[in-house]
Amino acid sequence: MTIADLKPHQSGIIVRLCGSGYIRHRLLELGFTPKTKVTLQKVAPFGDPLELSIRGYEISILKKDAKLVIIEAIKDENRFNR
Amino acid sequence: MKIALIGNQNCGKTTLFNQLTGSNQHVGNFPGVTIESKVGYIYKDKKLELVDLPGIYSLSPYSKEEVITRDFLIEENPDVILNIIDATNLERNLYLTLQLQETGIPLVVALNMMDELEKSHLSLNLAHLKEFLKVPIIPISALKKEGLKELVDQVKSVQKKLPICYYYDNSKLSSFIAESKNLIATDNKESKINDLFIITQVLEGNLDIADKYGISQDTIDKLNKLKSKIEQSYNLDCEAVVVDYRYQLIEKIINSCLKRETFETEEQRRSRKIDRFFTNRYLAFPILFLILGLVFYLSFGVIGNTLSTIFEQMIASFISFIDVTFFYDVNMILRSLIIDGVLNGIGSVLIFIPTILVLFLFLSLLEDSGYMARIAFIVDKPMRFFGLSGKSFVPLLLGFGCSVPAVMATRTFNSDRERRMTIFLVPFMSCSAKLPIYAVLTAAFFGNKAPFVMMFLYGLGIVVALMFSLIVKVLFKSVPPPFVLELPSYRFPSLKSTGMLMKERCKDFLKKAFSIIFLATIVVWFLQSFDLRLNYVTDSSVSLMAMMAKSISPFFQPLGFNQWEIISALITGLIAKETVLSTLQILLGSIDTIHQLLGPLEVMSLLVFILLYMPCVAAFAAIKRELHSTFDAILHMLLQTSIAWLCSFLFYVIGGLLI
Repeated sequence: MTIADLKPHQSGIIVRLCGSGYIRHRLLELGFTPKTKVTLQKVAPFGDPLELSIRGYEISILKKDAKLVIIEAIKDENRFNR
Repeated sequence: MKIALIGNQNCGKTTLFNQLTGSNQHVGNFPGVTIESKVGYIYKDKKLELVDLPGIYSLSPYSKEEVITRDFLIEENPDVILNIIDATNLERNLYLTLQLQETGIPLVVALNMMDELEKSHLSLNLAHLKEFLKVPIIPISALKKEGLKELVDQVKSVQKKLPICYYYDNSKLSSFIAESKNLIATDNKESKINDLFIITQVLEGNLDIADKYGISQDTIDKLNKLKSKIEQSYNLDCEAVVVDYRYQLIEKIINSCLKRETFETEEQRRSRKIDRFFTNRYLAFPILFLILGLVFYLSFGVIGNTLSTIFEQMIASFISFIDVTFFYDVNMILRSLIIDGVLNGIGSVLIFIPTILVLFLFLSLLEDSGYMARIAFIVDKPMRFFGLSGKSFVPLLLGFGCSVPAVMATRTFNSDRERRMTIFLVPFMSCSAKLPIYAVLTAAFFGNKAPFVMMFLYGLGIVVALMFSLIVKVLFKSVPPPFVLELPSYRFPSLKSTGMLMKERCKDFLKKAFSIIFLATIVVWFLQSFDLRLNYVTDSSVSLMAMMAKSISPFFQPLGFNQWEIISALITGLIAKETVLSTLQILLGSIDTIHQLLGPLEVMSLLVFILLYMPCVAAFAAIKRELHSTFDAILHMLLQTSIAWLCSFLFYVIGGLLI
């Protein structure tokens, strides 16, 4: 699954990044590296973009870019873990 | 000593810059770096030159700002980098710090928002952090002016070369990089930049640095060989390896230095609560329209109008005072120049200072509080329909204030297409300089319906801009631009920064009023007071100005207005839009005379033309600078004027049929 499949307030652990070029590099540098936890905070009124929290800050990206980030869903949600 | 101030966006960089340099700043221009950066002297000490570079996340050259900052470091050889980081968002901020460390330029870290840490339920072990980073770290609060003196002392006493740090651990990547250590050293000897920085840049695929640095193809080939070796060894592309390596280091640092008591900081929790309304599915847009409506209503209606009226009376009595006191029984030409030309001309423009300041105040409050980013977030999807993104919204909104800062605000864009489009559309957003023209003309013709006519004009500008963008999107089937946007926590804007911005705008405006507009009023006065043989004429319809205007009047015939007075006003409006009004004032003697020239329909057609035709020279200069091409800028102007003509024509023809 990818970040785009998360529901609001659900989290996942990043497995890897697909895609190439600018957007991939940018996502990596923003901290979307493997084994990092990412949470979908909310979705904009018209369904795009998505607001995520990762590494203790908030970033908003497009749904189509969120589809590049392969994640593993976390079953037992524990909000106090990284 | 040249000090480069570098940091992420929203980490208090501008606040720190303002606190350190006070009002003591100017716009610096650096050869080779095609941007104006703010430069100031720390505590008025001419030896400490602080350069405010754009807010960035990394040194990879993906946005214009990152290129600027990176090239500044390479080409301008700053003595020290002052890196400001947000203590409440350490993890991501440290990424840039690590990259800056790779450059080998001496680094001092200002750890900002230390006072927020406790409130955020975070505790930081500063000693551990210093040990890891091996650079001086000074805790500060830019907003409360805490720790600034220590920071400046540290910057002054920083050592020449940084001890090279973290790439010399035991990791696989480090040993690979150690292998290539000597590759670059032979190529360049003079530079202060560390080889390590060049190596990691090439490994990350940023090959443009090789050109800038004059690195031989041979070296690049060797580095590329290293790159494929690393990729094989990690079974991952090199970009990801390098980035991941930095983040692993950061995680190590964070785990040993930072204790989180809760998952989110106090600020974030507060922001989330506010956002439950502001970005709510149903409430977001009503709230947006309410806020923007309020901003425009307050600045153009209540506050701006009241202040302007008071100001207007003051100016009028000042002018008549001068007239009576000094020009009783003086040479008629001189009196005509000073009173009718200069004073009335400038006066008609100065009246609008309060309105413009209030508008800028609100726009900067929206920006500093963090709401601007939310606007971009919620409008992104609808903007995409028109081939734009949420990011374009902010410059377009600023365009209602002034095109110059609005055009400059497009620098954060990483899509060139969107950037160009936004720059083109900004002038359609009716800037505050046009407001006086609308205000006076609509009041003269439409009485108490004037506010609706003004609203119509503002709306028309938006509609024309969106339609144009949509047409281009459909015609060229353009790909939507990428979009990455940080949503900072809501913050109370700093009064000092806002105050300084106001002061700056006021200064800009006054400078404009007393330079360009002053000059324009004299030129206009001259052109309308003298004829071809340079005789002083009392009837300005035989003046130079009238001749010029009459020669292009057929062009305006289809639009319903071809009087030379009006065309002259449009021409002088190119100097600054306010001048349209001051010229009409001079040429007609009194604005009310315009009733003899135009009817309501013609005035509407004129207003539409004024709304859309090419922007003033200041905006032209800004557009030219941002596009890096005089030709493109002129093309923009021609296209805008054509669109203005077309809209005005359609309006006049269709309006004529309906009435």
